[in-house]
Amino acid sequence: MNWLRKNLFNTWYNSLLTVVCLALLFWVARSVLNWAITQAQWEVIGVNLRLFFVGRFPPTLYWRVWIALALASALLALTWGVFFSKQRVSSLRIIFFSLIGCSILFFLPLDLNTRLWLQGIVILIFAAFWFGGRLSSAIASWLSLAWLLSFSLVFWLIGGGFGLRSVPTNLWNGLLLTLLMAGVSIVLSFPIGVLLALGRTSNLPVIRWLCILYIEIIRGLPLIGILFFAQVMFPLFLPGEVRLDRVLRAITGLVLFSAAYMAENVRGGLQAIPRGQIEAAKALGLNASLVVLLIVLPQALRIAIPAIVGQFIGLFKDTSLLSLVGLLELTGIARSILAQPQFLGQYAQVYLFIGLIYWLFCYSMSLAARRLEKQLVHEK
Amino acid sequence: MPEETPIIIAENVHKWYGKFHALRGVSLTVNRGEVVVLMGPSGSGKSTFIRTFNALEEYQKGRIEIDGITLSHDLRNIEAIRREVGMVFQQFNLFPHLTVMQNITLAPIWVRRLPKVKAEELAMQLLERVGILEQAHKYPGQLSGGQQQRVAIARALAMQPKIMLFDEPTSALDPEMVREVLEVMRNLARDGMTMVVVTHEVRFAREVADRVIFMDSGYLVESATPESFFTAPQQERTRQFLSQIL
Repeated sequence: MNWLRKNLFNTWYNSLLTVVCLALLFWVARSVLNWAITQAQWEVIGVNLRLFFVGRFPPTLYWRVWIALALASALLALTWGVFFSKQRVSSLRIIFFSLIGCSILFFLPLDLNTRLWLQGIVILIFAAFWFGGRLSSAIASWLSLAWLLSFSLVFWLIGGGFGLRSVPTNLWNGLLLTLLMAGVSIVLSFPIGVLLALGRTSNLPVIRWLCILYIEIIRGLPLIGILFFAQVMFPLFLPGEVRLDRVLRAITGLVLFSAAYMAENVRGGLQAIPRGQIEAAKALGLNASLVVLLIVLPQALRIAIPAIVGQFIGLFKDTSLLSLVGLLELTGIARSILAQPQFLGQYAQVYLFIGLIYWLFCYSMSLAARRLEKQLVHEK
Repeated sequence: MPEETPIIIAENVHKWYGKFHALRGVSLTVNRGEVVVLMGPSGSGKSTFIRTFNALEEYQKGRIEIDGITLSHDLRNIEAIRREVGMVFQQFNLFPHLTVMQNITLAPIWVRRLPKVKAEELAMQLLERVGILEQAHKYPGQLSGGQQQRVAIARALAMQPKIMLFDEPTSALDPEMVREVLEVMRNLARDGMTMVVVTHEVRFAREVADRVIFMDSGYLVESATPESFFTAPQQERTRQFLSQIL
C-alpha cells in the first residue's frame, strides 16, 4: 500500500497517469483475452503441430529427430552445469524440478509417444546438468570436442547416410530447419567474425584493407539481398559439377552476413583492451599470436558478450527471411499452412503461435547471456 | 659489490615520436648486479629509455646490446631479449581474467615450456618471496594495489630474467602500500639482481642504488653515486630538480 502511494499516486498528475494507464491496460487485456477465448479458432495450431515443428520430415523417422534433440539439449545442459558449477544446485532441487517438468508434460494434450520422448529429454537435461555441476573439472576440457562431435552427429541423424536412410533437405522443415540453420550459422559466423575483427585491427595493410572491404560491403547490403544472391547467383559462380544444396546456400548467406556484424562487435571488445595488457604480455616474451590468444581475445570476447548475443538473437530471427527465398522453415511453413483452404485467413493465430516460439528461444538466449555475464563479472 | 662486466650497453640512442625528439643520444652501460635509478621530470624520456631495452619502444638511431645480444628488428631476437628482461609497470598490468597463479605461470608454461606442475611450484616460491602466498587463487581485482604490484614482480621473476626493469613501480600506489613494494625490490637488489629503476623515491635511490642517473628533455644529464648525486650534484639542471623534490 505504502509502495503504491509512493510510486504511483504521489502527485495528482501521477495518479491521473496511473488511472489512465490501468484503464488502457485493462481494455487491451480484455479485448485480447476475449478474442483468444471466444473468437479465435486454435484448431489450426493443433492440427498442424507436427508441420510447425518438423514439417514434412518422414514420420517413421521421427525417432531420429528426437534423439538429435535429446543430444543437443543434454549437451547444452551439461555445458550450463559446468559453467555454473560454482553455484551448487542441490541434487534434491534438481530431482524436484525434473519431476515437476515431467508431470506437467504428462498432462499436455499430446499423444503418448511424444509425451514419453519429452519426459525422457527433460530427465536427461536435468541429469546432464547435475553431471556438469559435479564433475566439471573432468568434463570441462572435453566439452568443445563433444560439441563438434554432436554437430556432426545431429546432421547425420537428420540427414541420414552412412547406414541411415537419407532424408533430402527439402523435407527438413519447420522449427527443425530454423534451429539447424540458426545453430550452424551461429557456430560458423563466430570464428569467422573473430578472424575478420583481428584482420581489421592487423598491422598488415593488405589484410586490414581486405577485411575492411568485406565488412563494409556486407554491412551496406540488406540481408534479404544477400540471401537472394546466395540462392540465385552462387550456382552460377561455382563449377557445374559442384551443386550446393538450397539449405547450404541459405546457411552460407547467413554466415557471410552475420560474420561481418560479428566482426564489428568483437572489434569493439578488442578496442577496449588497454595497451598495457599487450605490453605486459609482450614483455614476458609471449609472441604475437600467444598475446592475442591468451590475453587479448579472452578479455575482448568477455566485453563483447552482450553485443554478440544480441547478434545471435538477431540471426535467429533473421532465418525467417529465408521463407521469402522458398525455404519452409518456421515462417515458411506457417505461410504454407495459411494457404490450406480450411485455414484461410487465420493469420493472427498462426503468427501469434510462431511468434511465441521465436520469443521463447530468443528470450532464453538473452537470459542465458545475462547469467553468463554475471558469472564472468563475479570471477573478476 | 657489482662486478665490472656490462650487461646492458646503450650507445647514442635516439628516438623520435613523429617530429618530437624524445631521446637525444643517450648512452648508458649497466654492469651485472648493478642497481641503477633513473630520475628526472616527467617527459624527460626516462620511461621511454628503459622501454627501448626490451623493445617496447623502437629507437631510430644508436645501438643497444643486452647480455651480448644486439637488439635488432628481428622478432626472434626481440623475443629472446624479452625472455632475459623482466619488466614491472606503473599500472601493474596484471591480466584481470586470470588468477594470480595463472598470471605468474602463464609465461613459464607458454614461453619456457615448463610443465604446469613445475611452473606452479616456481610460482609458489615466488609468491612466498614477495609475501602473498595466501592470495594465489584470487583474481587481481580482489587484491590491493600493493599486492597487485608484488604479483607483477613475481610474474616478471617467473621467467627468471637476468635484468629487471621497473617503470615507476610505486607511482600508482597509495602511500601506505609503497613501502611493501619497495621492500620486495630492496630484497631483490640484495640478492644480486641487475635492476634499472625509474622512480621518484629518493630514499630508495639513496639506500639501494649503486648509481643515480638524471635525465632531462631526452638528454642524460648526470650520472653519479647516490651519495654525490644527492649531496653534491654537478649540473645546474640537477640541482634545480633536486631542490624541487627534496
